[in-house]
Formats: sequence, structure tokens, C-alpha cells
Amino acid sequence: MSDVAIRGFGWRHAGRRAWAVRGLDLHVRHGERVLLLGPSGAGKSTLLAALAGLLPEDSGESEGTVEIDGLDARKARDRVGVVFQDPQTQLIMERSGDDVAFGLENRGVPGGDIWPRVSDALDRVGFPYPINRSTTALSGGEAQRLALAGVLATRPGLLLLDEPTANLDPAGAELVREAVGRACGPETTLILVEHRVAESLPLVDRVVVLEPGGGVRADGAPELVFAAYGDRLAEEGVWVPGFTAITPLRSTPSPVRSPLLTAEQTAYTHRLPPVSLSCGAGEVLAVTGPNGAGKSTLALLLGGLLAPTSGRITVGDEKRPPHRWRASTLAGRIGSVFQNPEHQFVTGRVADELALGPRRLGRSTAEVTRIVDGLLDRLRLAPLAGANPYTLSGGEARRLSVATALATAPRLLVLDEPTFGQDRRTWRELVALLAELRDEGHGIVAVTHDTAFSRTLADRTLALGEPSPDPLPRRRRR
Amino acid sequence: MKGNSWRTIDIVIASIIAVAFGVIFWAWNTVWSVTSGAFAFFPPAQTLLYGVWLLPAVLSALIIRKPGASIYTETVAALISALLGDQWGAMVIPQGLVQGLGAELAFAALRYRSYRLPTALLAGALTGLSAAVFDFFAWNSEYALWDYRVPYAAITVVSATVVAGLGAWALVRALAPTGVLDRFEAGRERALI
Amino acid sequence: MTPVPPLARRNPVAKLGAALLFALPLIATVDPLTPALALAVELTVIPFSGVRPSLLARRAWPLLIAAAGVLISMLLFAADRGGDLLATAGPFDVTTGVLSGAAGLTLRIFAVALPGILVLATTDPTDLADALVQNARLPERFAIGALAAFRLLPLLGQEWQTLSLARRARGLAPGPRLFLTTAFALLVGALRRGVRLAVAMDARGFDAGTPRTHARLQRFTTADGALLIAAVLLSAGILTTTALLGLFRPITG
Repeated sequence: MSDVAIRGFGWRHAGRRAWAVRGLDLHVRHGERVLLLGPSGAGKSTLLAALAGLLPEDSGESEGTVEIDGLDARKARDRVGVVFQDPQTQLIMERSGDDVAFGLENRGVPGGDIWPRVSDALDRVGFPYPINRSTTALSGGEAQRLALAGVLATRPGLLLLDEPTANLDPAGAELVREAVGRACGPETTLILVEHRVAESLPLVDRVVVLEPGGGVRADGAPELVFAAYGDRLAEEGVWVPGFTAITPLRSTPSPVRSPLLTAEQTAYTHRLPPVSLSCGAGEVLAVTGPNGAGKSTLALLLGGLLAPTSGRITVGDEKRPPHRWRASTLAGRIGSVFQNPEHQFVTGRVADELALGPRRLGRSTAEVTRIVDGLLDRLRLAPLAGANPYTLSGGEARRLSVATALATAPRLLVLDEPTFGQDRRTWRELVALLAELRDEGHGIVAVTHDTAFSRTLADRTLALGEPSPDPLPRRRRR
Repeated sequence: MKGNSWRTIDIVIASIIAVAFGVIFWAWNTVWSVTSGAFAFFPPAQTLLYGVWLLPAVLSALIIRKPGASIYTETVAALISALLGDQWGAMVIPQGLVQGLGAELAFAALRYRSYRLPTALLAGALTGLSAAVFDFFAWNSEYALWDYRVPYAAITVVSATVVAGLGAWALVRALAPTGVLDRFEAGRERALI
Repeated sequence: MTPVPPLARRNPVAKLGAALLFALPLIATVDPLTPALALAVELTVIPFSGVRPSLLARRAWPLLIAAAGVLISMLLFAADRGGDLLATAGPFDVTTGVLSGAAGLTLRIFAVALPGILVLATTDPTDLADALVQNARLPERFAIGALAAFRLLPLLGQEWQTLSLARRARGLAPGPRLFLTTAFALLVGALRRGVRLAVAMDARGFDAGTPRTHARLQRFTTADGALLIAAVLLSAGILTTTALLGLFRPITG
């Protein structure tokens, strides 16, 4: 159980002019459970890093004090546990049990005490596998529960959760929240950062809203805070309960649509059982289904990036299937947007990124400039034209990846989880943009977990089935 | 940065460089296996590819800027390729150690103070030289001296200077603007934003 | 449970050490007898190594390519072109000298690489890191750091494939530019992961400075010591035999 006192705290990253956080005063008492909110850039993650004692003195400038049980946070590290957002980069060891043991070894827990504490922590989070399960074989939700177990094993008085479910599908996220609820007794102080507020409310009894630029905007019981500030928070991108009502943006029904793309009994090894679908001009098709149902594989097949192992895909009156097309032809006819925008970046400047496609299609310099400027304006990227794509925020990177697909003016767009991990503001912009594109006559196929997205935009929804069991389960030696 | 002791991030990033180059080298093999027939008529030319093997030694030192970076990274890279299975068995481990030592000598000679282009080129040349000397005796002694062994060694050194030396320096310049090197001095040499 | 074969059971450091101690001295000579004798020893050891033939075949096939490469380049560039002329391939004479040189080098590739392949195929990276720390006394932070990075390897392999597909979607055709941008993107992604991984490790007390304890114990037993000594003795025995028969040909010429 830990008591947190923050007085006049400020932090500025090396190389930045602006302070990430400034002038912050906050007191969290023993056993309190706090949801920390604020628009993107309000310094939530910086504050969490400070509480965890993870702001290295050599990487920035700090002000004020952050104390845990009266100790400077850097000296109180063994009282604090953190779970971060990305499941892939917080597991350290190859075997699940070894990973939970890692934190205990670091703290010098005697060898004989380690394994009982490991199995106790794994039980508390409901980890479903034996301790020698390979950590690379875990799903995102399982990995996050394992990370939570690794933190709980060290018995922290203060538990910090930095968007622990942002990278998970809804089912996995629910299991992680359940594990948090079950595993945190009244003796643990909890500070949680989350964009998706409604789902996290059962875990907390107090909400603190940070003001971008410094200080606390609101602090108190959840109902009171949302009654007073809900609309403004929603406007700034937070998913506030009761403020997420969305008006559907359906297309005007037109009786006959010529299909842009048809898939007949298309399958890919054991990863995707046969699927038939079509998408017409001016239509949005949402593809939903549980993790492992082959949604991303289907997106790659429809995008002409993988060759189906059976069945066929036809685009318009083209005789050859898209996976046989030359890359430049493909880019001009089907635009694929990957789940992680960074996977698609190939240059060092935002503007070059947009110019690349049209140039390869042999457009004139004047035309390329016109296309690039048009897209920069339309997707609010103009101020970032000279920035390095890798330095963009999540929302900016998402807009850029959609813009790069539009640059070659394809009729058909295939998007893999376009709204994944986005705040509410980017979400609305993205949905509005896709509705516009649809009304301009683009066909859009979106693979998504996001039910709000399909309810708002989809003309039709195709639900893929339960995943088929992997026919070749990988067994570890021994 | 003060002091020569390694932070966790230094250790992890050096190791990650070794691992990432393991993957890149594996992909490099598949990309060029199609064209490898072209090398059959003058096998020493294959050492043009050698520079890529030696790149991690120089790259790691340019980013980490601590004593031991070259040796550690190149040895870990070698150990990883041995664990994955390669055509030299465990012999790549001493080989990696020797190659890393070459680059390390260059940075040590400048007392770990200079990480500019000339230093990178020197490190590339020395790691190439150490690799060439190792191969000259360990693997190539049965070949004709002037038709094979000497050109092989010379091309290795040239390739290492260009690919590992110049390449690593250019790579750091390209990586800095992406923000991934922000916790290193090498990444901070850009304007305030 | 099936019994673990004697060699696979040994301490990872002992196995790796034995492979290096056995194979390294063999490099000193280029005669065909030394690698032939070494291969005889290695083939005798295979049944005790716990490496199934299928696994061995998968691990050893790059050796065949390397051997083929040596054969071709020896035909073209062998130093010793003496002996009887057997055939002529264009401007190159194939002589008995060339062939015996090539045979020696090919055998040598197998003899030198096989011990490492045998022991590493049965070595788990986690066990190796533990043994390097606990038995070989290598610095712990470095061993664990390398191990944590190694865990990301399969992830980076998948990432390479995703990046390649994403480049096709952008309209980039296969070629040097495609390779370079893919490699660069892989490196950026890997380094970013590394930065986050390092933070996660420190968050769990990796840099606390308190002496670490060990959840898994690696023991270095008398049998492990015996394995190392046996490796040295065998290697020395082979080289002595070659020298006594007057066939030793040092690599220094």
C-alpha cells in the first residue's frame, strides 16, 4: 500500500522546447484507485514514468518532487510495478515462468522463494498455461496478463497501468481488466491511464483529468467529473461514457452496384478457411470476427499481397488475379492500409511519402505537387510536410498511411483495423473521411474489431467464424 | 554522456542491433541467392557482401559510444547466427570476436572520443582487416596467393570500409531523425523541436 | 520421459567449450587426414548427442553449399596445381593436387563445423545464458540483455515479411531499393522495441544494482569437466597422429 505525493512536478524531454508536464500537484492516498485522463499530449505517460522512477536524469530536465511513501520515486522503485501498452516489449524471457521470475531475481529474492511466488502470481491473473509456455506463442491478451503477473509477483504497493488494453482486441482486453480487478486487493494503490473510459470505470473510484500544458483540470468521483467536463473531454478525444453517440453515415442505397472486387471460396492455408465476398463501388464492407479468424490474412489477399492457396479473387474485368499484378499496377488500383502505419513508410519526409506513389505511376511533377498538396490539406498534414514520418503521433501516422494509399487514386481501399488504438477525435475524422471517399465512389473493405466503426459506416458486415485450431501445434523440446 | 558504464538501454540496443542484423543477413541471403551464380567466376567477389556482416560492429559503437560496443555486438551477432544454425558451426564465435576487435581498436585508438566519419571509416577498414587476416590463414591457405588470397583480403577491406564504415555512419545519420536514438548522444545532435 | 542422451545433458558452457576446444586446433592444418580423423570421432559421437538425423540434416545442409563453393573455387584458384593432369575445364587444369587439396578443405569444413552444430542444436538459449553467467562468470547484465533481444528474433522475422508486403502495396517492385527500405524500417522498428524493452526491464528492477539471485540453477559437474578434457585430448591426439605420419601442413604455409 503506497501513498503518492506529487508537488510542482514538471518534465521536459531533452531536445524539446515544450514541457511535457508542468506545475502538477496531486496526492493519491493509500489504496485509492485513480483513472488518469487527459487529451493526447497532456503528459499522462510522462507522469506515470516519473512515478515509476523511470525518467532518466540524463534524458531531460525536471522540476518539483514526486514521492512515494515519502521517498523520491527513483529510490522507491521496488514498491512500484508498471504494466505498459505494448505486450511484445515488456516480456523479457522465453518461457512464461522465467519471465515472472525475472523481477524477483532482480530484487534478490532467494532462489527457493521464487517459484511459489511465480505460481501464485500466475494463478491470480488466471494465466491458462504451464510455466514453460513460450512467451512468443501468447496472444496479446495472454501476454498482458503474464506481464501483470510479473509485476504482481514483486508485491508492489503502487500499481501503474499505462493503457494496458489499448493494443488488444475486445475479448482480450476484457480478460485483462478482469485480471486487474481480481488481482488488486484493497492493499494496492492503483493509477490507470486509459482512453476507453466506460470499460475501466468498474476498476476505479476517482478520476483525475490533466490539463495539457500543466496542472489538474478536474479531480473527483467519476460521475461528478464526467457531468462537469464530459463534453469537453469527448471533444478532445477521450472516449467518455454517454458522449460517444454517433450518427450513422450510411450511403444512399443504390439498387445495382457493379462489384469492384469479388472473392470466390478464397482460402489461405489453415489461417483462413474459404470465404466468398464482393465489394462494389460506393460501398463499405466491414469484416469482423474473433482474433485468429484470419481477418488480417483476408485483407492481404484482397489487397493483392498474398496469393490464395485456393479459390480466386477477381477485380473488375481484369483477367489476372491481383497478386500477379506488378506492384505499380496494384498501387494504382487497390490501396492497402496496414494496421501499423509505420510498416508502410519508406521515405524520410511526410511530403515525399505522398509523392512516392504518383511518381512511380509516371505523373508529371506539376501533377505530383497538386496531389501531394491536396492530400496534405485534406488530412490536416500540411504543417507536418517536412517532418520525419517516424516522429508522427499515432493519429497523424494513421492519417498519413491512409493518405499514401489515396495518392495513387485507387478505386478500392482495403484497411486493416483502421481505428485501432485511436483517440475519439482521430476516430471521428477517419470515419468522416472514409464516408466521403465512399460517396465519391470508392469501394472500401475494412477489417475491424471496432463495433462502433461498423455500426456507423458499414453498408454490409461479413462475420468470419471461430478460428480453426492450428493443425501443427508447435511443441517445445523437453 | 558521462562515464563508460553501460546503461540497460545500451546493452539492449547493442544486442538488438546484433539480432536485427541476423534477420537482415538472413533476408540478404535469400535476396541474393538468385544472383549468386554471377559470383561463381570470381568467388573472391563474394566478399563484397562481407561488409554487411561487419556493419553491426561499427554501427553499435557509433550509437552506444562506450568501450566494448564493437566487440560485444559482433560477438553476440556471431553467437546468434551459430544458435540459428549456419555453415561454420561454433567457429563464427571466435571469428566474430576477432572482427569486433578490429573495429574496437579504431575507437580505442581515438580514446572513445571521436565518432565522426573518418573514425567510422577507420573502424570499417580495421574490422575488414581483422576479418581478412582471420580468413587469410584460417580458411584460404590452400588457395593461390595472388589470384585468390590477396584479392580476397583486399576486397574484404574495401567492402568493410565502404559498407561497414561509411554505411554505419550514413545509417546513424538516417536513424537520428526518426527519433529512435533520442536516448543516445548520437540522436540528440539535431535541432530543438 | 525418454532418457536424455549423455551429451545433451551436459552443461551448455561445457558443451560449447568442448566444441570450440575440439574444433579450433583443427584449423591449424590443411591436410586431408586431420579432418578425416576428426569426422570419424564426430560421427561416433552423434548417437550420444541427442540430435536426431532429421534435425542434423536441417542444420547441416548449409555445409553442403559451403562445400560446393569450396570445390568450385578450389578448381579455379588452388595454389597446388601439381600432380597428374586428370581433365581440363577451359583454361583450368584439374590435377590430383587440386583434387586432394579440395578434398582436404571440404572435409575440413565438415569437421570444423559439425561439433558446434551438434552441441548448439541441443542447447536452449536461456540455459546457455544461465550457464554463461553462473559457470563461466560472464557479466550478468550483458548475458540477460542479449537473451532478451534474442527473444525478439522470430518477431523480427515476421516483421520482415509484413514490411515486404507493405512495400508491394506502396508500389515498390523487388530490387535494391526495396531491400534497403525494408532493412531500414526493420532496424527502426527493432531499435524502438529495444528502447521500450530496456525501460520495461528497468521498471522491473534490472538496473537496481542489488545482486541478482537465480531462479534456474546450472551446475558444472565433474562430467562437464571431463567433457572439456576429453575434447582437448582428442584434438591433440588427432594432430599428433597427423604430425607423426608427416602429413601436417600448417596454414601459415
